[in-house]
Amino acid sequence: MTQAIEIAGLHKSFGTTHALDGLDLTVATGEVHGFLGPNGAGKSTAIRILLGLLRKDSGTALLLGGDPWSEATALHRRLAYVPGDVTLWPNLSGGEVIDLLGRLRGGVDRGRRDELLERFQLDPTKRGRTYSKGNRQKVALVAGLASDAELLLLDEPTSGLDPVMEEVFRECIQEVREEGRTVLLSSHILSEVEALCDRVTIIREGRTVESGTLVQMRHLTRTSIDVSTERPIDGITQLSGIHDLVTEADGTRARFDVDTPRIGDVLARLGAFGITALSSSPPTLEEMFLRHYGDDPSEDTEPSTELSS
Amino acid sequence: MSDALAGTTVLVRFALRRSRMALVWWILGITSLYPVQALALEATYPTQADLDQLAASLSGNAAIIAIAGPEYALDTIGGQTAWQTSAFGAVLAGLMSTFLIVRQTRAGEENGADELVRAGAVGRAAPSAAAVTVATAANLTLIAAIALLLIASGLPAEGSWALGCACGLTGMVFMGLALIFAQVSSTSRGAWGLSGAAIGVAYALRAVGDVGDNAATWLSPIGWGQQMRAFADERWWPALLLLGATFVSIAVAHVLHDRRDFGAGLVAPRRGPASKDWRGGAYELAWRLQRPAVIGWLVGLAFGGAAYGTIGDDVGDLVGDSDLSGSLTGGETGGRALIDGFYGSATLMLAIITAAFGVAVTLRARAEETAGRTEPVLATALRRRTYLASHVALAVIASTVGVVFAGAATGWMYGVVSGSYDRVGQLAWSALTYAPAIWVMIGLTVLLVGFVPRLASLGWLGIGFAAVVMFFGPLLKFPDWITDLSPFSHLALVPLDDVAWAPILCLTLVAAALTTAGFVGFRRRDVQN
Repeated sequence: MTQAIEIAGLHKSFGTTHALDGLDLTVATGEVHGFLGPNGAGKSTAIRILLGLLRKDSGTALLLGGDPWSEATALHRRLAYVPGDVTLWPNLSGGEVIDLLGRLRGGVDRGRRDELLERFQLDPTKRGRTYSKGNRQKVALVAGLASDAELLLLDEPTSGLDPVMEEVFRECIQEVREEGRTVLLSSHILSEVEALCDRVTIIREGRTVESGTLVQMRHLTRTSIDVSTERPIDGITQLSGIHDLVTEADGTRARFDVDTPRIGDVLARLGAFGITALSSSPPTLEEMFLRHYGDDPSEDTEPSTELSS
Repeated sequence: MSDALAGTTVLVRFALRRSRMALVWWILGITSLYPVQALALEATYPTQADLDQLAASLSGNAAIIAIAGPEYALDTIGGQTAWQTSAFGAVLAGLMSTFLIVRQTRAGEENGADELVRAGAVGRAAPSAAAVTVATAANLTLIAAIALLLIASGLPAEGSWALGCACGLTGMVFMGLALIFAQVSSTSRGAWGLSGAAIGVAYALRAVGDVGDNAATWLSPIGWGQQMRAFADERWWPALLLLGATFVSIAVAHVLHDRRDFGAGLVAPRRGPASKDWRGGAYELAWRLQRPAVIGWLVGLAFGGAAYGTIGDDVGDLVGDSDLSGSLTGGETGGRALIDGFYGSATLMLAIITAAFGVAVTLRARAEETAGRTEPVLATALRRRTYLASHVALAVIASTVGVVFAGAATGWMYGVVSGSYDRVGQLAWSALTYAPAIWVMIGLTVLLVGFVPRLASLGWLGIGFAAVVMFFGPLLKFPDWITDLSPFSHLALVPLDDVAWAPILCLTLVAAALTTAGFVGFRRRDVQN
């Protein structure tokens, strides 16, 4: 499969701040790729480098097979960008802004534009200064989605949208995927990521922490176990992959988290004590991300893992 | 204190804190106009005979009456000071009042800051009341400062207070009007537009009334202030008109305020077109964004040029033969050459002002970037050089048109006064020969935008420097190397001197080099807020 975006070892500093510190990111053509990370992790910086708005310090960045800096204009004909913080010209109407951005990209598909205005319930005659936050976001979304670009770079595109519009957005992205186009979606809305993304990349402090499908990433994290046994449990602390163990009732009840790949070993061991009750809960997406967002990456015992599908 | 006014005191303190620098500059700027004029007149016309001659030469000149106001006691320093300052001072006081009112009321509602404020224990009328308090205090300060400074300059006390009141009380009428407009329009830009129009109409009405000696003067608050006749047997009752109009307009604004929703105006914002084909691309966008400013500057330049033109052939009477006047006329002291020299210098001054216009238009490219509106545009197939060129081309074309326009307006008004329209073409041409220096100023700004965007506003410094060299260089005898740093110093003083082509060519090349370098820098740097 060809790659729409290939970033490796990307560095970018602003003064003394290292916004990107060896970022890796690969987005395959035709996939919807989630781009996640806490605020300030460097997501927008990476997207701006892909747009040729910022110049990288070192590393490689390839966009649609070209150099995002030197071939910016040619590449921009093939992509659409939706920022998360949309500033409009106070005096221009929403319709004018949509047409301007479409025109500057190389042409507007009127039918598609009008259909999107309808779907997003956006009034194109209002002036930029009179739009609410959500409606400003819709202007940028309609402008981006109305294009036939083969790559969509979306930087928190749904901030400020209501749930109904969020649903419309998801439908649109599904259609984009069915048309075989590629999407890089930076988002903090995990249900959106779960619903839309084939693969995700999580970054922190300018570095890639993890990349892969959600199934793979779940596999890499921990499952919560609550187990009761006939005889006191003994000797499982020596097993690798057990965390936060709490025992009760003279050792016949235990609650702990286990690294998901080790769950078989642990259950086999527990079997020896006569299991009377067992519940296991897979990690929720939230738990998964909180772990990635909250920990200090240098203390992370798991290796940063690149999984390709 | 009633509920509606709760929190006013805190808001007043906040407004004073927030606008303190602006207040200082407005008040200093307006106030200094008066004593400077008085002292300059005293120095230039030391004897009564001089004053009599001056009065005789100016008397009955319709164009000057239209610009300045009715003529009273022109054979006194006080009368001359009042005549030359009252219209201009009242306009400035009106602009200051508009600034203070719009900033504290409509602008806060527009950007959402007032929403936070009014969600606190703050009365509905408190922001307006605070704005009126601050603007009233500023206008009263103007009155006192003008009066005291004029008295200190040796003018009679009663006339000094009358002239101060004409300025400050007129400012208060415009304060009340601005408060009304802040209710009518839902945007601060709209309130400014209405207020500016009101000041312009007031100025025009009094011009019509003063020239035709008819009642139109009495439709204008600026006219009321001038009818107080400072230093010419003062009349105090027009002050009551000014105060009455202030109270009435504040009351009207209060009623309107109670009838509208927060954030809304009485006039719904106009809707825009649902679509546009943008055939002109980035250039059309630049023009669309800058059109109001460009038109405003062109009108202002035409007025500025016309103001010089009103002086006609009376240059000798007006400028005398001091060192300062020498710098204004290219050192010529008599006859045709003096007039040519004066208009050459006047056009040069207009050219420096036009250069400021060019810098302002150029800096919009950077302002768009700071506002975050450049990114989505550059994320399209638009080339960076085209983006920058759209604003720079507008700056070059508009400033070149503007300076020619200013020169032509000078010549046209000269024709109105003297009956000979020869100078329309002559001064338009003279203005055009100064254009390369304007282009250098634009080029310098492009260079800054390209390489040190955060310091781009230093482009203004170049304008300030050129103005200082022009005004004070000859007077303070600056060393040549300093004077030579200003591109304007290298050009021939047309029409006094013949056109010198070498500096025109050199400056054009310098401008092209600076601009090109700026484009290279812009191509190579990060887009940054």
